[in-house]
Amino acid sequence: MSTMPPAAEAHPTRSALPAWAALIPVVLLLVVAGFFAFGLTQDPKAMPSTMIDRPMPEFDLARLTPDRDALTNADLIGKVSLVNVFGSWCSSCVLEHPQLTEIGKSGTVALYGVDWRDPPSDGAAWLNRYGDPYHKTGVDSDSRLAINLGVTGAPETFVIDRGGRIRFKQVGPITPEVWSTTLLPLIRKLEAEAA
Amino acid sequence: MRLLLITLALTLAVTSPALAQAARRTFDPQVEAVARDVGKSLRCVVCQNQSIEESNAPLAADMRTLVRERIAAGQTRDQVIAYMTDRYGNFVLMQPPFQADTLLLWLAPLALMIGGVWAWLAYLRPAGRRNLAPAPLTPDEDAALARLDSGRPA
Repeated sequence: MSTMPPAAEAHPTRSALPAWAALIPVVLLLVVAGFFAFGLTQDPKAMPSTMIDRPMPEFDLARLTPDRDALTNADLIGKVSLVNVFGSWCSSCVLEHPQLTEIGKSGTVALYGVDWRDPPSDGAAWLNRYGDPYHKTGVDSDSRLAINLGVTGAPETFVIDRGGRIRFKQVGPITPEVWSTTLLPLIRKLEAEAA
Repeated sequence: MRLLLITLALTLAVTSPALAQAARRTFDPQVEAVARDVGKSLRCVVCQNQSIEESNAPLAADMRTLVRERIAAGQTRDQVIAYMTDRYGNFVLMQPPFQADTLLLWLAPLALMIGGVWAWLAYLRPAGRRNLAPAPLTPDEDAALARLDSGRPA
């Protein structure tokens, strides 16, 4: 009596899917894991700035104190400058203050301050307490300029080229590292550009 | 009654610092209505998961004022929203727009659902119906069957 062939040979397996289909879930898992690996390592607070390469918005800022010069749009034309948004209420601004003081003293670049959402007296008191690193300062008490600049928090620092265009936005304090690796090289580069 | 009024006043004072700040300037009710609608579609860039109408952040308060001023000046809803996205990007919108770089975001749920239904149906379908038809008998099997049959009473 002849033996029966094994069932698997006589009847193909019930599944219509080819063998490689077993890898589909693995591939799906890898794709999902890839998305997570990318998404979860991004900073959800980091926002792309839409203001890069656009001209500095027109602004009309109040003087910090009557004896100080007003900051105007004209100040930003003809030389590379930094516009630093700060406030007496802003704790990280104290952090970057020593670096700003050094930048202001060095004369490497024109340094302007925008005292944001601050009663002018508070801003002036803050500058008296820590020292005033700015060549000129304006007060933006109702966020008019801040919103126009797409500011989301303080401190933020804008690098303005000779033509008065925004070329870079530094979000967060200017640490010595940020200064030497990012801002200073960029300022040197912008200074080399024709106006 | 007096107690009720005091309670009410205190509750309002506690729960609506945003209203208190917006009260710095009052606007025409019609402007206010449009501004609320616009404000609800604009995200507070400080707190991220609230609209500027809901947020107590100082920047959101200033944005509310700005929205009201622009609407009072005759700008449309779209113009005000364009002003904000021009400065803050699509990030400032509570609902991301449907455009090329958001296709994946908008269509992924639909694609996943279609894929899921397809996989489910494929699973339910009698797997490979054609394969269920028995394979033809081999000559050996025919012979074995004939032997068995021959042993049976007619």
